[in-house]
Amino acid sequence: MAILVDGNTRVLVQGITGRQGAFHTRAMLRYGTRVEAGVTPGKGGQNVEGVPVYDSVEEALANHPSINTSLIMVPAAYAADAVYEALDNDIELVVIITEHVPVHDTLKFVRYAGLRGARIIGPNCPGVITPGAAKVGIMPGHIFKQGGVGIVSRSGTLTYEIAYAVTLKGLGQSTCVGIGGDPVVGMDFIEVLEMFRKDNGTEAVVLIGEIGGDMEERAAAYIKETSYPKPVVAYIAGRTAPPEKRMGHAGAIISMGAGDAESKVRALTAAGVYVASTPSEVAEKLSKLQGINR
Amino acid sequence: MKLYEFEGRELFSRYGIPVSGYGVAGSVEEVRRLAEEFGGKVVVKAQVLVAGRGKAGGVRVAENPDQAAELAAEMLGSSIKGERVKSVIVTPFTEIARELYLGFIVDRARRRPVLIVSGEGGVEIEALAKTSPGNVLKLDVDPLTGLRDYQVRRAVGFMRLRDKVAEEAVKTLKSLYRLFTEMDCELAEINPLALTPDQRLVALDAKIILDDNALFRHREFTRPSSESGLEEEARRLGFSAVELDGDIGIIGNGAGLTMATMDMVKFKGGRPANFLDVGGGAAEEVVDRAARLLLTHPRVKVLFVNILGGITRCDEVARGLVSAYRAVGQGKRVVVRLMGTNEEEGKKILRENGLLPYDSMEEAAEVAARLAG
Repeated sequence: MAILVDGNTRVLVQGITGRQGAFHTRAMLRYGTRVEAGVTPGKGGQNVEGVPVYDSVEEALANHPSINTSLIMVPAAYAADAVYEALDNDIELVVIITEHVPVHDTLKFVRYAGLRGARIIGPNCPGVITPGAAKVGIMPGHIFKQGGVGIVSRSGTLTYEIAYAVTLKGLGQSTCVGIGGDPVVGMDFIEVLEMFRKDNGTEAVVLIGEIGGDMEERAAAYIKETSYPKPVVAYIAGRTAPPEKRMGHAGAIISMGAGDAESKVRALTAAGVYVASTPSEVAEKLSKLQGINR
Repeated sequence: MKLYEFEGRELFSRYGIPVSGYGVAGSVEEVRRLAEEFGGKVVVKAQVLVAGRGKAGGVRVAENPDQAAELAAEMLGSSIKGERVKSVIVTPFTEIARELYLGFIVDRARRRPVLIVSGEGGVEIEALAKTSPGNVLKLDVDPLTGLRDYQVRRAVGFMRLRDKVAEEAVKTLKSLYRLFTEMDCELAEINPLALTPDQRLVALDAKIILDDNALFRHREFTRPSSESGLEEEARRLGFSAVELDGDIGIIGNGAGLTMATMDMVKFKGGRPANFLDVGGGAAEEVVDRAARLLLTHPRVKVLFVNILGGITRCDEVARGLVSAYRAVGQGKRVVVRLMGTNEEEGKKILRENGLLPYDSMEEAAEVAARLAG
């Protein structure tokens, strides 16, 4: 079992002919992901690594009706249009890798997806991987291993760091979800935690947060209220970050006295979550938990 | 990107939001001339981006042009909370019957634009929302359909405005929402919006933050914001960087990992000098540029490079580092942690050039902290 992506995932790559699009299409295919088609307006008829390219999502779906997931790898200025094209064609899950999408664009398409009952992951995220089943994103596949730890994170490489440490401890992951580093994203911690709660394949959860906003505090409140039935281990990046400075991610900013790491650590600790002081401590703590599948 | 008050006022005027008359001045003579033009009492306001300008003496009332010139002489070139004052606004003193608050923000948690109004403006709205939440109204706006008339009516009623001035408020609210969305604002705030004794509305301040990711749609605002030398140089080279006050230079790939690297250095007793994210897939030249930038920084004693190679190749990173170290690394120590794609080749390159690679981020951070002493 897993969440969001699995063996039934059929992927469309929007922006497949770009340098990044082509590179990651190859990596996804190598991992065993079923990439059915790609879209780049004006490049219909070509192919990338044997994957047929179409001019529009409509055309791609007409030829590959099993597509249920789209990976967006188009430049920021065109990302919103690509998302609407996917949503208007009833694609259920849209994963947006693109960084620097204007926040007003995100506000609108996230709302639109909600009204249509579709799910959005990102923008500015590494994607989703269910080890052994499907990788829909840009993460290095070989550091993951099938197992019982669900990971949800606002970061990319930091997730790889922690996931790999989990793998090296002999544990594996059910699904890893990079929800994105922007201030407004499609799915947040609570929504992913709720999916992990219901997933039989997930025995413990790792939550990787960072400074900015109050998503970690709200997740803490949710964990407390639901008496979350699975152990949660967290790591929060940015304890040394100064206020009013954007730390790489658009969403990683301590602004007007809110969003610092201490507040997040405090809220999570109070909710019974173990907050590790270093990334490596996350895997150590997990390996000491009882009954986690190896 | 935060806008200066005078830029915000310009946008207000463009969108038909009433603002008090004003002029921007960069010299004492211009301030005197503006004060003479306006006549009577004026307010001299330092144009800085730091918060808390008023309390720091950056907003002062002058009874006459001589006094305005005196105040300007004190303000111009001085520094307010570390920011140099390059210009001031001169604006006629406005009699106020009541101060109101109007603002739109992008609410991260609600994932909506939120309209915030209060009949008790002039103070910081977050503080007011805490001390007397009953005086602050927040309404979620649907980003697809926009601000609704019933919401506007409710907001205007909440501010206890009636008749003609209520109509003015309706117009002002709608204009501010238009500005907020069309200009891609994270925040568009009028605080205070003055209600004058003769029942007019006048914006006495303008606080606008534009979304950096949308600046490609607003090319008129592309000046660099308040960055330190290192930050500006890094941005010019295409990196995201933040300067801190320690002596261990930090290079990482990915924002989260780079932040975690800083935190780890601090955890091990070291002091990070900066945050610098080279991003995904950094090539040799990119790493070379980033490393040179930090190795030539006078405060940096030790450079700590932490790379987790996914799309980034460790051999490229190693080559870039070696090239920078050979060119400008004399007297500096370099600690490298490499993991991932082409790791072995990267490590070999480092070893051949006298740099010792580490496997663990924790161990490397400890060494970096020790070397910086």
